[in-house]
Amino acid sequence: MLSRTADNLYWLARYVERAEYLARILDTTLRLNTLPLSSGGASNEWESAVASAGCVNAFFGAYDDANEGTVTDFLAFSTKNPSSIRNCFEIARLNARAVRTALTTEMWDTINGIWLELRNWSKGASSREELARFLRWVMGSSLRYDGSAYRTMLRNDAYCFSRIGVYLERADNTARILDVKYHLLLPPAATVGGPLDYFQWASILRSVSALTSYHWVYRQNVKPWLVAELLMLKDEMPRSMASCYENLVENLDHIGNAYGRQGPAQRQARAVRARLMNSRIEEIFQSGLHEFIGTFIEDNNRLSSAVAAQYLM
Amino acid sequence: MAGKIVMYDEMTGSAEAGGAVRPPYAELSRWLDSVAPDLLDLRRREAEVVFRRIGITFAVYGDPEAQERLIPFDIIPRILAAEEWQLLHRGLEQRVIAINAYLKDIYGKRDIVRAGIVPEDLIFQNPLFRPEMNGQAVPHGLYVHIAGIDIVRVDPKTFYVLEDNVRTPSGVSYMLENREIMLRLFPELFSRYRIAPVENYPDELLDTLKSVASPSARGDPTVVLLTPGVANSAYYEHSFLADKLGIELVEGRDLTVRDDVVYMRTTEGLKRVDVIYRRIDDDFLDPLVFRSDSALGVPGLMSAYHAGNVTLANAVGTGIADDKAVYSYMPEIINFYLSEHPILNNVPTWRCREADHLKYVMDHMEELVVKEVHGSGGYGMLIGPQAEKASIATFRRKLKSAPHNFIAQPTLALSTCPTCTGNGLASRHVDLRPFVLSGRDGVRIVPGGLTRVALEDGSLIVNSSQGGGTKDTWVLDG
Repeated sequence: MLSRTADNLYWLARYVERAEYLARILDTTLRLNTLPLSSGGASNEWESAVASAGCVNAFFGAYDDANEGTVTDFLAFSTKNPSSIRNCFEIARLNARAVRTALTTEMWDTINGIWLELRNWSKGASSREELARFLRWVMGSSLRYDGSAYRTMLRNDAYCFSRIGVYLERADNTARILDVKYHLLLPPAATVGGPLDYFQWASILRSVSALTSYHWVYRQNVKPWLVAELLMLKDEMPRSMASCYENLVENLDHIGNAYGRQGPAQRQARAVRARLMNSRIEEIFQSGLHEFIGTFIEDNNRLSSAVAAQYLM
Repeated sequence: MAGKIVMYDEMTGSAEAGGAVRPPYAELSRWLDSVAPDLLDLRRREAEVVFRRIGITFAVYGDPEAQERLIPFDIIPRILAAEEWQLLHRGLEQRVIAINAYLKDIYGKRDIVRAGIVPEDLIFQNPLFRPEMNGQAVPHGLYVHIAGIDIVRVDPKTFYVLEDNVRTPSGVSYMLENREIMLRLFPELFSRYRIAPVENYPDELLDTLKSVASPSARGDPTVVLLTPGVANSAYYEHSFLADKLGIELVEGRDLTVRDDVVYMRTTEGLKRVDVIYRRIDDDFLDPLVFRSDSALGVPGLMSAYHAGNVTLANAVGTGIADDKAVYSYMPEIINFYLSEHPILNNVPTWRCREADHLKYVMDHMEELVVKEVHGSGGYGMLIGPQAEKASIATFRRKLKSAPHNFIAQPTLALSTCPTCTGNGLASRHVDLRPFVLSGRDGVRIVPGGLTRVALEDGSLIVNSSQGGGTKDTWVLDG
């Protein structure tokens, strides 16, 4: 297939995934803000939301203060923030339109429908209630799109490139939220918070829709090191770094086999996957959680460059 | 002009013939009489819904500016009898063969210029003449692989060629979509007729394109469609055709030239391209040779083309065969290369560059249509009988200062066809654009073409940019 077509499919998937992640961050931040300070409702939550979204510099270039109004505007509705939810959907549809014939009718209808519905929110959200409704709509839209792709696409290279976009973005998102909140997950001896961090841990889980899964996997109270383990190393947790890399390896191998050629992208994905498989959470804590996550984010970026160089240009 | 010109209606013939329904339309007429009055209106609205969903607006669904480009579709078909089509087919084939011979000659030996048949300045001062093509061989000597020839009818016996489009003619996607939608909406009407199919057009086109691959292409030639991109108004057609042909829809940036060979960038690395069905103008093809500000083209493409490593369809420089001044020489061109009389005549044309013609035109402005030689899309023309005195005076001045820029033709009574309007069925003027394919193995024409209809009462301008619509065109089978 044309490299440009693969590129469009890849970014289409990435931007839809990113929109969902932003909605989850905003959703959990709103929730944390309803808690009294004594229960872990920190006052700088909005700053942390901006950091989790990975756009600190852009944000403070536009605003002086991170609060509910400025952050929701910037992350959800702003036309100036290239990665706001609005722009994610706009760019996703532009990519879809450019490869219209490579999409199934269902995928096109879904992404075009999302784009049309986006107009209902052209003025932003005027109340908390409306904002909540918007965020639910964003998460639902992402599910709809993902479902349309999963259920209707031929399982060929086009499908693989679309999935690779999803998992690279998802791995980055999960790692980013851990990177911003890592201090909350450190063992009690080194903790900066207190037992009241419980709500923070729960909110991390919630932002990657893993709160219920946590209980099913561990059958005990929320403990920070288990939260870290779930989001980093557990294959069965669909937003974990391990699960993303399981899928990345699988899709890249599929492409490599179909084309009869492996390359740097396959090797890079396998190397990261191997490291995640061979790590135990205790060792990660010992050698430094923050460093481990930082390295992972860099590796993940390196894989996206390798995929681009090998296939998309 | 009313009163002086006798309208010919394709369903009922001329008014003085008593309005009896002509045989090809007999079943349609009976069917129209039998259906409930609101059925047509219902089907018309259905057609619009279907077009919005799967059809022409698909790529731009929901986009307010683009929706205005929706070309209205009329559900009453235009019908041609088998023998009428046979005449058209022979005439079109002859004409396109002559056009190809003419282009080969102009960029080669120029016998026709030396013989004094086509004036030299008409070619060399033509902005569409491409000196880069002088003495350059093109694969299999073919220049025009895809032609759209506009035909009008004025009476039972007479079809005229109104215009040759031999650069990047568009509209064939409407021909195909119109048939699809008619089959969906009126299965019952189709059961009363035997209609020649058009759905094989994409296959014929692909065969044609593959047949003209350069001899240096190895194995099954790789064909691509080169589009200017999503912003182009015909993008829908480009993606539609690429899809139907099963070929890649490429933009300039998807192609690269190495050692005079064209490649496309794919996920499996560079892949050689043998034939480019290009839907971008000469000017934008290669920034190294033509407009250097073109971001749509492919640097080095012309060099690969000259090396004989890639076929461009249509060839570069075909514009000198379809402007209106050259058009007036087409009967002589056919005669010169084929020693045949034209089967399809031109509309009688006065060339204002010739003194006696100019005098006639000046004396008869009120009856004539005056056209700019390089104008298109219905712009830059004067329709004498409908024009204000002031605009006639303006054109008179223009003619005097640059007579070579103009031709003139009688105001034709284009034939009419029954058409759905706000007030039920009414007669509207139509033309016809058949698509003629020329490959190594000869000429192919899918029966029919695109019928364009002027939706305004009395209007003679069928161009979509000026409120024209389209109809399905039926060629009856035997």
